[in-house]
Amino acid sequence: MKIFRSHVLICGGTGCTSNKSREVKNRLEEKLKEVKLDKEVQVVVTGCFGLCEVGPIMIVYPEGSFYSRMSVDKVDEIVEEHLLKGRIVEKYLFKEKAQVEHAEDHKSLKDIQFYSKQKRVVLRNCGLINPEDINEYIARDGYMALGKVLTEMTPQDVIQVMKDSNLRGRGGAGFPVGLKWSFAAPNKADQKYIICNADEGDPGAFMDRSVLEGDPHAVLEAMAIAGYAIGATKGFIYVRAEYPIAVHRLQIAIKQARDLGLLGKNIFNSGFDFDIETRLGAGAFVCGEETALMQSIEGNRGMARVKPPFPANKGLWGKPTVINNVETLANIPQIILKGPEWFKSFGTEKSPGTKIFALGGKVLNTGLVEVPMGTTLREVIYDIGGGCPGGKKFKAVQTGGPSGGCLTADHLDTPIDYENLAAVGSMMGSGGMIVMDEDNCMVDIARFFLDFIVDESCGKCTPCRVGTKRMLTILERITQGKGTLEDLDELESLANSIKNSSLCGLGQTAPNPVLATLRYFKDEYVAHVVDKKCPAKNCKALITYEIDKDKCTGCTLCARKCPVGCISGTVKNPHEIDQEKCIKCGNCYSVCRFGAVQKN
Amino acid sequence: MQNEFFKSKKSEFAELKAYIDSVKNSQGVTMQILQKAQGIFGYLPLEVQQFISDETNIPLADIYGVVTFYTQFSTEEKGKHKIGVCLGTACYVRGSQEILDKLSEELKVSVGKTTEDKLFTLEATRCLGCCGLAPVMVIDDDVYGKLEAKKIPDILKKYQ
Repeated sequence: MKIFRSHVLICGGTGCTSNKSREVKNRLEEKLKEVKLDKEVQVVVTGCFGLCEVGPIMIVYPEGSFYSRMSVDKVDEIVEEHLLKGRIVEKYLFKEKAQVEHAEDHKSLKDIQFYSKQKRVVLRNCGLINPEDINEYIARDGYMALGKVLTEMTPQDVIQVMKDSNLRGRGGAGFPVGLKWSFAAPNKADQKYIICNADEGDPGAFMDRSVLEGDPHAVLEAMAIAGYAIGATKGFIYVRAEYPIAVHRLQIAIKQARDLGLLGKNIFNSGFDFDIETRLGAGAFVCGEETALMQSIEGNRGMARVKPPFPANKGLWGKPTVINNVETLANIPQIILKGPEWFKSFGTEKSPGTKIFALGGKVLNTGLVEVPMGTTLREVIYDIGGGCPGGKKFKAVQTGGPSGGCLTADHLDTPIDYENLAAVGSMMGSGGMIVMDEDNCMVDIARFFLDFIVDESCGKCTPCRVGTKRMLTILERITQGKGTLEDLDELESLANSIKNSSLCGLGQTAPNPVLATLRYFKDEYVAHVVDKKCPAKNCKALITYEIDKDKCTGCTLCARKCPVGCISGTVKNPHEIDQEKCIKCGNCYSVCRFGAVQKN
Repeated sequence: MQNEFFKSKKSEFAELKAYIDSVKNSQGVTMQILQKAQGIFGYLPLEVQQFISDETNIPLADIYGVVTFYTQFSTEEKGKHKIGVCLGTACYVRGSQEILDKLSEELKVSVGKTTEDKLFTLEATRCLGCCGLAPVMVIDDDVYGKLEAKKIPDILKKYQ
């Protein structure tokens, strides 16, 4: 094996790739050749490092220097100074924004607060190994769990380990994995299936994508283990077509595993056969629901059906099927290797293990965060996320996507687990965590989610198909300043009917964003319908722009930029907005250099 | 069904037929065939759906049902450049609606539609998963992150 004196790891996740990390890598390889270091320094493209905010990210080992916001023009200097002369280029190193006042240059990963509070179990290989090389996964104990299962354990043993670990489904509902497997195992059938649900449709959640991009073999290995446990020989990965990099890496991984005999016939000489195919979704949120997902794999419209029969008894093509989500699966090989006691050593009693959150919205360090269950929202949002940018005031955090709810500052000290989030009216969901500040209008956020739901309802059940549309109409009316107090009661009653009478998870949880905002931000709704004001100054119909005569210098810029010509005034004299004509585009507000235009 | 469309796209139909023949015997391949067909033709006009129905013996009604269910499939021809603005939650709270409104105003086209010169199709997309760059716009394969509405006109010029 060739030994390199330095390794340069470049993130090849979707976030960094979008920020041109591929170009950085190409330039780096060119430059290394120019200075004849290409035999001494190895460049590795890895999965996501998690700190997407400051991408593209590049780490140089053995020093562990963490370079952020990389660009092609920084490459030459880093190669010449750092790799050639051994002098770390301090100015390009990542600096923690959360503590700008006493900014010290951080040299390595472990010094960075964003990482120090995290516990990376599922993401342990993300950002560390080259996901397109199976040997790197194997070097990190990859496929050892599968070997152990096939050679030392009976299927019942495997299920027992999963039951003992109390691993719960990370897709949202939190159903115990061991129990799910134990339902499917005793069923007699000529064919059983394992499905990996990688249809990560929650807006703002991207942990499954990052696992598939950064550590695809962990998912393949877990699927084979699940197959052995329930007696399935065939697996499908249903993945969103919006994730081209993940699909590409999965296909490479499947091929490499087949070539080494880790998938296919007679794995580890045990007589056990297992193979995996990928199936692409086509943009339908409801297909994340298990019965709809199976319909979609079969080639039909993705519409949910009544349960029971549960997939464990009658699933894909009527055969017993186990469906697990990506993050859930990625936990499994390590539970097998290290044992259920190890797994239960972190997290809470009812929700052991870790959970990955996709931290986004109005927060400094957006990115992927893996923390033990039981960590508080405050730790995630402030200590790891760095709080709201620009000194803005935190208002709410949305968890669980369109099925979840909004939590307020009062809930910041809630330890995160399935039960606690449900108790305060939200849900774990797949782990999207969107932070909102004082500029976000909660009524508009509820409208936004309803708009999403109306679009994504499959149309099978009337309450969901028609009811959500009615709710949306009411919310639109409110954001346009035409709502009444009766509308609020109507919203609540519709929400409860839809919740109680829909067939699948999408419909049953569709009203949650409205119910949660009504519960915690009723005053904002009331301000919209009674005072006809949007407190966050977000809803167009409810704001007015005015020019402060004392501040206006008469520079005429706003008048020139106004698309409808509603601003009048002469040079060096205060201007005025004709409210009748104003279309509230906000141009004057954003161009004024003197802060004279005010939004009310 | 030998109409003009069919005649003008002979090689495309041949490519599709070859693909259908290669997967015909597997279970549940409708979606894959449609994805392939959309890749070849860029969209799925009725002629293509009929062709798939004839080749696979799946009723046209079923094919049409699947095509219209999933947002990724389109029965209308798209513009030369596809513009997608992410309306995922993370992008929305960071102002992607403004970006979409600005594009709609600049291109004089509503969301989901194609400009008259067939140069641009404007779409609102689901979460693209690069929430760290919010708000995000994608034109073909180019990703524009941390976008501001005022930058839109200059970006569009690159494609005109």
